[in-house]
Amino acid sequence: MRVAVVTFPGSNCDHDGYHAFKLVGADTRFLWHRETDLSDTDAVLLPGGFSYGDYLRSGAIARFSPVMEAVVAFARAGGPVLGICNGFQILCEAGLLPGTLLRNESRRFRAHDVWIRVERSDTPFTLAYEAGRVLRVPIAHADGNYFADSDTLARIEDRGQVVFRYTDPDGNPDPAYNPNGAQNRIAGIVSEQGNVLGMMPHPERAVESVHSSTDGLGVFQSLVTSLQPVP
Amino acid sequence: MTSTLDAQPARHGTAAEPRPGDPEITPELVSEHGLSTDEYEQIVRTLGRTPTYAELGVFSAMWSEHCGYKNSKRLLRLLPTEAPWVIQGPGENAGVIDAGDGYALAFKIESHNHPSAVEPYQGAATGVGGILRDIFTMGARPIAVLDSLRFGDLDSGRVRYLFDGVVRGVGDYGNCVGIPNIGGEVHFDRGYEGNPIVNAMCLGLMKRDDLILGEASGVGNPLMAVGARTGRDGIHGATFASEELSEDSQHSRPQVQIGDPFTEKLLLEASLELIKSGHIVGIQDMGAAGITSSASEMAGRAGSGVEIDTAKVPVREPGMTPYEILLSESQERMLVVAKAGHEGHVEAILNKWELEAAVIGAVTDDGMFRVREGDRVVAEIPALPLTDGCPTYEREGIESDEVRALRERDLGHVLRDGDLSDALLDLLDSPNIGSKRWIYDQYDSTVRASTVAEPGGDAGIVRIRGTNRAIAATTDCNGRYTYLEPRVGAMIAVAEAARNLACVGASPVAITNNLNFGNPERPHIYFQLREAVLGMAEACGVFETPVTGGNVSLYNETDGAAIYPTPVIGMVGLIADVSHVTGSGFRAVGDAIVLFGECADELGGSEYLYRATGEVAGAPPRVDLLAERALQRLLLDLGRQGLLHSAHDCSEGGLAVALAESAIAGTEGRFGCDVSLDDELPGTALLFSETQGRVVVTVEPARLDLVLEAAGAHGVPAKRIGTVERAGHGLKIRSPRAEVSVSLEAAARQYFSAIPRRMEQNVSVDRAATSPPT
Repeated sequence: MRVAVVTFPGSNCDHDGYHAFKLVGADTRFLWHRETDLSDTDAVLLPGGFSYGDYLRSGAIARFSPVMEAVVAFARAGGPVLGICNGFQILCEAGLLPGTLLRNESRRFRAHDVWIRVERSDTPFTLAYEAGRVLRVPIAHADGNYFADSDTLARIEDRGQVVFRYTDPDGNPDPAYNPNGAQNRIAGIVSEQGNVLGMMPHPERAVESVHSSTDGLGVFQSLVTSLQPVP
Repeated sequence: MTSTLDAQPARHGTAAEPRPGDPEITPELVSEHGLSTDEYEQIVRTLGRTPTYAELGVFSAMWSEHCGYKNSKRLLRLLPTEAPWVIQGPGENAGVIDAGDGYALAFKIESHNHPSAVEPYQGAATGVGGILRDIFTMGARPIAVLDSLRFGDLDSGRVRYLFDGVVRGVGDYGNCVGIPNIGGEVHFDRGYEGNPIVNAMCLGLMKRDDLILGEASGVGNPLMAVGARTGRDGIHGATFASEELSEDSQHSRPQVQIGDPFTEKLLLEASLELIKSGHIVGIQDMGAAGITSSASEMAGRAGSGVEIDTAKVPVREPGMTPYEILLSESQERMLVVAKAGHEGHVEAILNKWELEAAVIGAVTDDGMFRVREGDRVVAEIPALPLTDGCPTYEREGIESDEVRALRERDLGHVLRDGDLSDALLDLLDSPNIGSKRWIYDQYDSTVRASTVAEPGGDAGIVRIRGTNRAIAATTDCNGRYTYLEPRVGAMIAVAEAARNLACVGASPVAITNNLNFGNPERPHIYFQLREAVLGMAEACGVFETPVTGGNVSLYNETDGAAIYPTPVIGMVGLIADVSHVTGSGFRAVGDAIVLFGECADELGGSEYLYRATGEVAGAPPRVDLLAERALQRLLLDLGRQGLLHSAHDCSEGGLAVALAESAIAGTEGRFGCDVSLDDELPGTALLFSETQGRVVVTVEPARLDLVLEAAGAHGVPAKRIGTVERAGHGLKIRSPRAEVSVSLEAAARQYFSAIPRRMEQNVSVDRAATSPPT
């Protein structure tokens, strides 16, 4: 599998994402935001960080980067695109995912481990998990409070687009474990076609024994599995 | 008071002419620039004439305490700076040590106390920005940040405003650049009411071969200004940082710089790419005193000269004078010495990262720091006298009678026996002891995916990707101890730092220090400074942890009241195998709890005393450096053998608090404990004394004998004092004269709400009442 990790000015989790994909054996490269060639690419990662300093609004400037036109075309053609944290914000700004990420309810940057329940295991990003499994992964964001208007929210719930939800460590809904005030405790969603995933937590920081958990590894393994040619 | 290093008369005589519109050089103007009459006369002798306005500004900045270390240089020479593993000692942007496997570690600590006192958010943010640049200008990629903070008591609204702003500033800047914050410390005490301390430490990793120095060598090589444009912000920040604060300081807000972490991130990537490219020979941050200090220091180190044309410096607004351009402290700028003919390559790299580069001058061979504005020479100063000729002072140091009386005060009135459960619960509610989660949850600690331990343990740890190695770092200093007895306090700061590293399994290897003191021109303060340096030198000598650099922040006074002397130690340690890392929390029911070291009646300067009576008095705990060294070696030995389930040092709050923290704050969940002590000491003295050289460890019962034997072999007193229990058992401690029995829920509630419950009070109301009109 060939993965392109996009680096925007201000991306700072590009290397972490790169290493996570390397760990599961993917052929991984960095793609500077001015490049536009995705012809040799099977999957795209929009990494976390502060593209353009998050000035104006998180992700609002990065969506105009030259690479985004290619990413939108790649996604429309069914190619898998994973956006983590700032990447999720950019996907929303670019219209590839519905809704938006508001400032955390606490009005503060929050960085700590959270628990998220896998709502669907039939996406290219969650094949390696069983539905209902609870993952421990870190968050680190100021704008992670998922919001959509009521019609949109109803639609994404009806179509089962919510892939990850914040829960307590046992998988139960608990507002105390919702770190940012996200509607319906949404931590990650997929596009209608299911090939674009945006999530606020950082699975790439939970893949090795030195990390507080290795629960995030499945996201990267799932992509590799889903892209393996069927024999 | 004596001034040494007399002026070297200029060899050829220097020529610079006043600029139309420049103010006349009067004694008042000289005094406003923070220069004494003697210093001014030395300037005149150096130049052989009256300085121009621009030159006066340049000297003012370079001979400020912040840049010139005029009150501390002679003392700093007493510190040990060498060891076989030191690659770069003091004098560069940062110290560098050998980290093994071909890696080198650059690290340094720096203060931003004065700016943070008047504008906490930007003051703290730009403090982080500056220390990051010091690291990446060495060719190292920043891998971790720590912050060491001091504020007044949190019951003051102004203090809460400062604390909140500083934490947001430290967090926002580091989070945006993407450098994990892995630890630090915070203390609250009325001794810091008007003068918060904001020290930021950064660690950076590089391949040994990538090391680059801040030298302007190669006659004819172009000087290039790189990164952000030069604006009117932060002019005279270095001089401001070298004065006492007062009511008027609120009007110094324009001297506080504004940070742009996004530009910093781009500058970081561009600088590292530049250094690897081979197109440059030297690079330096334009930090304090901006272009002036970076250009003259680079020339001074290389023994060369430099010439700069201010008309070529990219500026943010038209009409800036050479004086302003020379002294601007606009952030996120670098001075680069490119190889002649490689300017285009440098520009191309900067442009890729959407930044600017402009040739603003060149390296010369005449030893002059020369500044032109087009055809007019506005400053011409011999570079070496400017950078190294700063007058240095050895002042009179006398201990204050008041402090001596405090130290000798008898503390019999706080000795109590019996049930001390409430006293422990009260200590856990102290913001000095309670969890610092409120702070570090606002700091990204896991970006770069290499952080090993969660913040809040005894030291922060990052692994070196691709190896089994890891690096640990900690910052430590108890200002109360240093206030009561500066030499002992400084020794304890070094000893505690080393003990913290040894607890996690890291061998201490070197330190960077941040000397935060009051006005050294006052004998009582100079006494503190000298004694603290002597104590630090002695401890660093015994532990073989040389000082590779640091920062001096003097004049930390508000309306005549000085802060506690606070020589913050930033210590780094190496871990050969990351699987040997030990945490501070209990891990398994049934484990034996062992105490290394001995208890004593030493409540002087303790948190218990402060909470119980509001006093900062008594003699601080004694410190036995050789015993500390033996304890460190024992811990490292046991850690390598994998014999320890946990290790946690006894510091603020003493033994009882150390046990409580291991019970409630570990990463493996909560545990109870049953502890029985046979010491006959008074209850409060036994449980809450901050006696040094003590560590609480837990071991599997089957390995207890091995651990006790090892302790014996190292000459460290050790005994089993109890057992780890289930959480439901609670926290139980008994001694012949005292007992404690508290539930874990009660202990945890106090511990985790100590800071949040105080910060939930409104901070903005107080802000409006105490801020200057804007």
